[in-house]
Amino acid sequence: MGDVEHIQVDEQGVSRRSFIKGVIATGASVSASSYVMRGGHGVALAQAPGAVERLLTLSVNGQQRRVDVLPQETLAMTLRYKLGLTGTKLGCDRAECGACTVLIDGVPRYACSTLTHQVRGREVQTIEGLEAADGTLSLVQQAVVDEQGFQCAFCMPGFVMNMTAMVQENPSVTRAEAAHYLSGNLCRCGDYNKILNVAMKAAEYTRNGRRS
Amino acid sequence: MADHKLVGKNYVTPDLVAKVTGRAKYAEDFRAEGMLFTKLLLSPMPHARVRRMNTSAAMAIPGVEAILTADDLPEAEAPQEAGLTNEPLYEGEPILAIAAVDEETAALAVEAVEIDFEPLPFVIDPLQSLRPGGPNARLDGNTMAGRDLATVKWDNVDWNEIDAGRLPVDGEVTDEWQVGDVEAGFAEADLVLDETVFASSVSHQPLEPRTAMAYWQNGKCYMHVSTQSTARTTGGLARWIGIDPADLVVVGEYCGGGFGGKISSAIQCRIPALLSQKAGKPVMMRVTRQEENFFGRSRPGIQARAKFGFKSDGRVVAIDLFHVQDGGPYGRSGDFMSAADQTSLMYQPAHMRMRGLTVYTNTPPRGAQRAPGGVQAVAMFAPIMDKAAKQLGVDQLELIRMNAPEGQAKFGRPRQGQQGNVSSAFPKMAIDKAAQEFDWAGMKARSGQRNGTKVTGVGVAISSYSAGTSGLDGLLVIRPDGKVQIHTGVGNLGTESFSDTARPAMEALDTAWEQAEIVWGDTSKHLPWSAIQGGSMTTHAHTRSNWAVGLDAKRKLQEIAARDLGGSPDNYDVSDGRVFRRGNRSQGLSFARAAERAIALGGKYDGHELPEDINAMTTASATALAGQGLVGVAKDNFETGGRNMSYVIGFAEVEVDIETGAVALKDYKCATDCGTVLHPRNLGGQLHGGGIQGFGIALGQKWVLDPKWGLHVAKRFYSSRPPTLLDIPHEEEMPWVAANEPDPYNPIGCRGIGEPPVGAGAGAVLNAISDALGPDGYFNRSPIMRDMILAKLESLPEAHNPLSTHV
Repeated sequence: MGDVEHIQVDEQGVSRRSFIKGVIATGASVSASSYVMRGGHGVALAQAPGAVERLLTLSVNGQQRRVDVLPQETLAMTLRYKLGLTGTKLGCDRAECGACTVLIDGVPRYACSTLTHQVRGREVQTIEGLEAADGTLSLVQQAVVDEQGFQCAFCMPGFVMNMTAMVQENPSVTRAEAAHYLSGNLCRCGDYNKILNVAMKAAEYTRNGRRS
Repeated sequence: MADHKLVGKNYVTPDLVAKVTGRAKYAEDFRAEGMLFTKLLLSPMPHARVRRMNTSAAMAIPGVEAILTADDLPEAEAPQEAGLTNEPLYEGEPILAIAAVDEETAALAVEAVEIDFEPLPFVIDPLQSLRPGGPNARLDGNTMAGRDLATVKWDNVDWNEIDAGRLPVDGEVTDEWQVGDVEAGFAEADLVLDETVFASSVSHQPLEPRTAMAYWQNGKCYMHVSTQSTARTTGGLARWIGIDPADLVVVGEYCGGGFGGKISSAIQCRIPALLSQKAGKPVMMRVTRQEENFFGRSRPGIQARAKFGFKSDGRVVAIDLFHVQDGGPYGRSGDFMSAADQTSLMYQPAHMRMRGLTVYTNTPPRGAQRAPGGVQAVAMFAPIMDKAAKQLGVDQLELIRMNAPEGQAKFGRPRQGQQGNVSSAFPKMAIDKAAQEFDWAGMKARSGQRNGTKVTGVGVAISSYSAGTSGLDGLLVIRPDGKVQIHTGVGNLGTESFSDTARPAMEALDTAWEQAEIVWGDTSKHLPWSAIQGGSMTTHAHTRSNWAVGLDAKRKLQEIAARDLGGSPDNYDVSDGRVFRRGNRSQGLSFARAAERAIALGGKYDGHELPEDINAMTTASATALAGQGLVGVAKDNFETGGRNMSYVIGFAEVEVDIETGAVALKDYKCATDCGTVLHPRNLGGQLHGGGIQGFGIALGQKWVLDPKWGLHVAKRFYSSRPPTLLDIPHEEEMPWVAANEPDPYNPIGCRGIGEPPVGAGAGAVLNAISDALGPDGYFNRSPIMRDMILAKLESLPEAHNPLSTHV
């Protein structure tokens, strides 16, 4: 977690395909990998007034991450393109589908519609931050596995983050309440029946404080 | 085969933990060093010609590295699309692509392109194009007759009929067939229903847009691409890029939904590949939600006239269909033909005729969408079956049952004068199970119940669709570490069939699933020739091929044991990771040991000699794997017995609020015949996931286009919203049942199931809404919107006539 994986393209053709890890160690700035947002390369800064990056320290999945951020940059873009956390998905980039849902101080938010500058000093949690260091899945993740939840799973990270907040808030949630809580997340495969089974199982695990 | 150890059991698929931890990488999750981004210039008009273009200002922007225009592409043979064009045929069609160091620079460059369009006549309603003097969507014709572009105008048709909402049946068509004699059939009928009906065009809207990232190394193109298939993506994509398939590596282990829209990825995915070739750097093309709405695929709408003849007991004697398909601007979707084929299967009429044509329109390109044609057939005709049942006083489910196919039932358009047949059909068993478990009688008793302003309606519909193919290859390696490495060229778009269909190989080896490893999703990893991941082909096709390769590996194990330990191969059994003398487990070899012996023996045992009947792709893959262990490789040569079709019967209960027109879906259940159940949890996911897509088709998903300008009004999720959790029954789990009767023409008994659930969901909900509204509660179009319900309740004129499109 926290590494940007690069496929190294070797023009000389010496090593056909090797993976390097551009390690983003805690405390290192990662402005060089500004992919999507203009400004990281310095080539066009003069043409884009106001598009000046500022170095922020973000708290993501319990780690302090320093990163250069543009004023208009969304959290989804920072996570995906600067911090290497590609588990957060973009399905619409306009607050319609919920695939990019992350937790900010434990509250589910659409990362596509949250400016990175807004989360300074707050705790951001993404799908990559749920698993314990020893690989133990969170109770919600375990419920997904136990119920074979989701199909294509592009919506899954958003649902799982929302569900994580839900079972914390109300471990006695009913199926109908869960449907309301999670209705801001779209699943185009329509796997809602199993998703609600997952929600019920996750709530049960949370009530019991363990996976059954 | 009731003694399966793996088939029919739930298990955790090998991709699930990667998905739930965020480690699973989809196309947009890959990064390559020096990666550029591309943005597209899209047509602002539904039909135009690029008159003048100046890209010099765009290319002068620092950070801009390459441009791709239609002139860089080989001309596509009409009516196929090229991916970029100088004559856009729909709003949002890509004109050119620019690659730059970041996405915003690419977008700025696109804005800096000076471009001048000459507007051309356009048409968004097929009937407008058939009207004498009406516009054509394409300059070279408005339909396709056989393999040729053609222009059809209906000079002889009474257009007042069409304006009044009735589709005449005397206009020229390009396709027709008949079995029996429909006129004689209708003469025998006690009830004839003759209706003008309509099914809307619907976008696929996979949650992951068709994103792709490409780079080149040593003359080979590497593509990380959102695609449904793996083995079968290579051919199409290589052709689009203009290279030998051997020079293309496709990586697509995860695909964020396709529903038929990404069967072999998409032609626009050639854009980053060709830009990358030009720029000498990797190129990422992130497709936005709005772009996905434009050049992602969609299901063609159909305007139809349908005449159904029934005997008084409910038996269907004759069906006469007349279809006008909204074909979009490119290709030739077969939906209007397959809609008729499925109608012939679902209702088994003795006499049937189909006439129709597809008409080009300046609307987004169409493609196969989950049960192409089948869903439109159910949406259009299930209400006719329902209406007949009520008019004849026959129970709706009983009417469906008496007309349902049975055994090797006849199917579809005749070839050489003869209809074909299906391999097997047990929907009546599914219906009988459902009637009991779902308490159909109890559901019906609630029909018409009032609760304040809410009225309950119940509906049922049958749906069928294709469910398999055959003749593909299986490939596995039993490694010296004892693992069974099963290779599959099937893609992973969420159906999990890449994994589920591997289970029969382990079933044949009678060995624990935990000893298997699946290799999938990357054509550099030596995959066998596989079915397209579409049309519900894979479950039937690859339970066959993996059973075949399991048996091949088993035989090789037995032969190696006999060589080493004496006796004949038939004296040896295989189970639990061992081959051993029957009755004496200790006298034998572990898989690990047998793999070492296979390598030592060489020849056919370790893949150095291969069967001659396998596909060249499998031969290449097996050759690459030779010497790594015991190589099992086999073509599926099992007997076939007809077209493979599966069935779903959906049961819906709704509450319609007669003050607001709001529809609440209270309950949905379904029953299936898809042969042997392979993986129960996934089957439930397919049945209800498909059903829910059908709810969208019944309850609100459609396009809205401005008729004056031919531009989209509904182009994102919020304006053509797929169902949410609140649109489905969410107080109780939705149940399902399966006939679980093996198809006799599959060694495991399985057929596919992805397609038919959608129609069942749509048809059952449409019928339930009508049921709540009484004997005149039929709309003859889908989706049913609130304003339509309110107009009917108030006895107001219909908001739009049944033939209006994109309203």
